[in-house]
Amino acid sequence: MREYAIEIENLKKSFKKLAVLKGVNLTVKPGEVFTLLGPNGAGKTTIIRILSTLLKPDSGKIIVNGYNLKTQPQEIRQSIGLTGQYTAVDEYLTGLENLEMMGRLYHLSRSEIKQRVPILLEQFDLMEAARRPVKNYSGGMRRKLDLAAGLIASPPIVFLDEPTSSLDPRSRLAVWEIIKNLVSEGITVFLTTQHLEEADTLADRVAVINGGRIIADDTPERLKNLVGKERLELVFKTSEDFARALTIIKGSELYHDQKTNTVSLAVERGVIDIQEILNRMEKARIQVETLTLRKPTLDDVFMHFTGRKAEEEEGLKV
Amino acid sequence: MKRQSLYQKACWLANDIQVLFIRSLKHIYKNYDQLLGLTIQPIMFMLLFRYVLGGAILVEEGTYINFLMAGILVQGVAFGSLTTSYSIAMDLQRGIIDRLKTLPITSWAVMMGHVAGDLVRNTLQAVIIIFMGLLVGFHPSASVPDWAVIVVLVFLFTLAVSWMAAIMGLAAKTLESVSWIGFLVMFPLTFASAAFVPTKTMPPVLRTFAENQPVTHIVEAIRALTLGKSAGHHLWFALVWCMAIIIISIPVAAYLFRRHGGK
Repeated sequence: MREYAIEIENLKKSFKKLAVLKGVNLTVKPGEVFTLLGPNGAGKTTIIRILSTLLKPDSGKIIVNGYNLKTQPQEIRQSIGLTGQYTAVDEYLTGLENLEMMGRLYHLSRSEIKQRVPILLEQFDLMEAARRPVKNYSGGMRRKLDLAAGLIASPPIVFLDEPTSSLDPRSRLAVWEIIKNLVSEGITVFLTTQHLEEADTLADRVAVINGGRIIADDTPERLKNLVGKERLELVFKTSEDFARALTIIKGSELYHDQKTNTVSLAVERGVIDIQEILNRMEKARIQVETLTLRKPTLDDVFMHFTGRKAEEEEGLKV
Repeated sequence: MKRQSLYQKACWLANDIQVLFIRSLKHIYKNYDQLLGLTIQPIMFMLLFRYVLGGAILVEEGTYINFLMAGILVQGVAFGSLTTSYSIAMDLQRGIIDRLKTLPITSWAVMMGHVAGDLVRNTLQAVIIIFMGLLVGFHPSASVPDWAVIVVLVFLFTLAVSWMAAIMGLAAKTLESVSWIGFLVMFPLTFASAAFVPTKTMPPVLRTFAENQPVTHIVEAIRALTLGKSAGHHLWFALVWCMAIIIISIPVAAYLFRRHGGK
């Protein structure tokens, strides 16, 4: 078995004068779920579009499934399945017809298609809806069909560009379940997301991308430990209280936002930490408006690495 | 990976076009609203000109409905072929073309599929229009070979307009712009022509345009043939125009198609 399913070396890409990727280096091992985490406009979709042969890079070496992107794009296309941000299924055809069409376009034989389609419909819980036109499907069903279409030829590598964006929580869980199943079949999954929680649930490895550069590349556990397993967020009534609180509260990974009078910090000991902080606030007669204990988000990771929130870079959506 | 022989590649290309053509065919009957809409419009135009405006239009010989049919037919085909614009713009917007491009296929087969679908849709539409025409007094005197030439002309014209439509679909930024771009191109081509009225009464500049543009030649050729007359030079002009448009449009469409996504 080769060492890497995907290798990216010093990948650069600009649109007109706008540099979107400024030298990206990444490797993905076979059979792992690799997650690219970043805000809108960070370059996630651009990387996926390049890896799936839709976009030519300006420079850099790219190997997918052992094939060189420059010289063997057709071989790469045989080894990948892509599910883009928009559900790319035919509205007028039924789910079954969509899958059969994709099978034929992957040049599978009729018997292979006959064998593969029911398996996928079953696996994705679409058996009942198989003979209904897709335009009557719910968002979650479309997304599932879209994923199934990318898997029809059992490709060794699957690209998923924000597979759960615009899905309701239940469908999101269903898609997560499907992605976990892919892993058990030994498929390499390269997915992008804006949500740390999603990366944490699914990924073996997370790379954080910001402004066209990889700023972190680690396991989700270690990434999360960097910013605290849980975070306490305090909002103060007045800016005076906020300023005074800042001088009192001590903690690791402490960030504050003057505009919203908000302080957030990692809490390692849960309730004990909260109690301590509240006691101090009371002693100093500082009014806390709201208090929330929450899971770390992409923003916290970005605060850790860049000192600022994950801001969308406008006009970079490609 | 096995090295693909040329024969294998040809088989796959044929397979890809076939699959995407079948997709377009399915769109015709699953989206019969569209065919209905595309057919109702020329029929309404036919009734409008036949009964409302036609009385005030003087044609040199024969009845006005016999004069009108070729125009209605060609206009119907012209607007019908714009479906390709819409389908391609839709495929682009929905990400379907992106997905097809990541498949091991010749991706412009998707355009071939849409254009081939237009051929079938326009044929259906033309048959319905002619049938409706017969009901309101159209009386063709074309021989069987004449009809064969008409069919060839309609096919070639469909191909020409469909490939133009493919370009418009690829160039359009949004689905909304597709409809007005198509209208902007097709409206002057079909109305500033001999499709509905003789060009004689038009002001000089307009008349020069009308008498030399492709739609007029195609309409005049089909009109002469339906009336059992010789199509004369119009037939040759019509053929040359259609071939020229097809030969120019295909590479332009292919170029735009390749460029998409690589913007």
